[in-house]
Amino acid sequence: MSDEPILRFENVTVRFNDVEALSSLSFQAVAGESRVILGAAGSGKTILLKTALGLIKPDSGRVFAFGKEIGALPERDLFQVRSRIGMLFQESALFDSLTIEENVAYVLENQKSISCPPAQIYPRVAETLEFVELGGTQEKFPSELSGGMRRRAAIARAAVTEPPLMLYDSPTAGLDPITAHTIIALLIKERDVKRCTTLVVTYRYQDGNLIANFRYNPKQGNLEPAFNGTGRARTTFMVLREGRLVFEGDQDRLEASTDPYITKFFKQRE
Amino acid sequence: MVASKFGDFTGLLDFLKEPAAAAQEFFLLTGRALRNVVRAPHYADDIVLQMDTIGVGSLVVVVFVGFFAGVVMALQMSKALSSYGQVGRTGMIVAITLVRELGPVLTALMMAGRNASGIASELGSMKVTEQIDAMRALGTDPIQKLVTPRLEATCIMLPPLTVIADFVGLFGGWLIAESYLGLSTRQYWDTAWQALGWMDVAEGLIKPFVFAFAIALIGCFYGLRASGGTQGVGKATTNAMVAATVLIFVLDVMLTKLFV
Repeated sequence: MSDEPILRFENVTVRFNDVEALSSLSFQAVAGESRVILGAAGSGKTILLKTALGLIKPDSGRVFAFGKEIGALPERDLFQVRSRIGMLFQESALFDSLTIEENVAYVLENQKSISCPPAQIYPRVAETLEFVELGGTQEKFPSELSGGMRRRAAIARAAVTEPPLMLYDSPTAGLDPITAHTIIALLIKERDVKRCTTLVVTYRYQDGNLIANFRYNPKQGNLEPAFNGTGRARTTFMVLREGRLVFEGDQDRLEASTDPYITKFFKQRE
Repeated sequence: MVASKFGDFTGLLDFLKEPAAAAQEFFLLTGRALRNVVRAPHYADDIVLQMDTIGVGSLVVVVFVGFFAGVVMALQMSKALSSYGQVGRTGMIVAITLVRELGPVLTALMMAGRNASGIASELGSMKVTEQIDAMRALGTDPIQKLVTPRLEATCIMLPPLTVIADFVGLFGGWLIAESYLGLSTRQYWDTAWQALGWMDVAEGLIKPFVFAFAIALIGCFYGLRASGGTQGVGKATTNAMVAATVLIFVLDVMLTKLFV
């Protein structure tokens, strides 16, 4: 993997009604890296992802995705950049008037910069739904699925184009521990099989711990610890507090921190 | 004293800031929706679906309102005309009031109640559940995909619905004229037909076309501005209906002035 940043924030500030949701935020994510962004509610995690996708324009500072400054691009030109980014929204954001199959096919049918022959759209959708273990739900509507299944369908929709950058907004929020584990396992599988750069926003340290220390074994089809001689997956932790980046580093440094705000995240599990 | 005066002025500016920003946003939305009419991609399936939902779905209520408007007009006018011995001109009065005024306005008001609020609640729900953001993330312009088809469908469907309401209203008037006022069928329809000039027909068709813009754009505007969960959606729905209704009357006055 190259160390070329595929996402870069330079002193990004986003304000809503004079309140800074993001404050002079700077970081960069390189290809193949996983980033776990921790923060309490209202710390600016979702805003960060939406800014990375160009859904929110920064009030100051610059955001680069794949070398293009997305804050300076008009909406139509952003579509091409967005076609290389997959996003899982917090509440899945599936189109409730479309079936699961239509939801997953949506980007292939509507995104002009993705050239997928019409005959290949639905086989590709079926394959992606199988990948997230949702085969057989094609004709169902989102309201007919459980919360965990909806989250998986939303991952399928985000991943169907195999984007090199995946953004996950609180993928386990509101899910029971078993379903949450399934979702994170799916996220790791997506990361390791498709080799995409992954940004995960969460308030659960357990999610970050799994992402940093486990990898997907394609032969056995399950997760295994990532310590067997090859070292941990390249994972960086970031901690946001009221829109400010208060920590950036690996898991060891995070756990060594004595900052009361930061320690709250990993001490919860002890 | 001077400071106080400036303080009042600043307060007024602050007060006007939000309505001015909303008006600017509305005109930007209008401009982008209109530009998309001639700009690819065109979502023909969505236009047809919206024509069915907005147009065909409103047919029953429009027919009912048109019919009873015609019946009431015939009853009211016959009483007024009888004092001049002109009951025979009931068809003329019903035709003119329906085609010029009542048909377009009542049909538009029904559409505002049914569709401006429906559009606002649908788009508002999509907004608060991040479906609009998801649409943008998946490479679709929500204005092109959601607003323009609704605008086109409303503009296509409201004029014919108004014509249907006019005819059903004239039919209602004829029922009263024949069964209650003792007029012959020929007398009623002859006076109704002769009363209408081309300008009346033009007024009766231009008005619903203009009202369609108000209904669709107001519904979309409030829907896309919704925030704060289900309560926000409810607020957007109410605001859309109220604003569309008021705007229909304002536009009606302006258009009537042009034709009178």
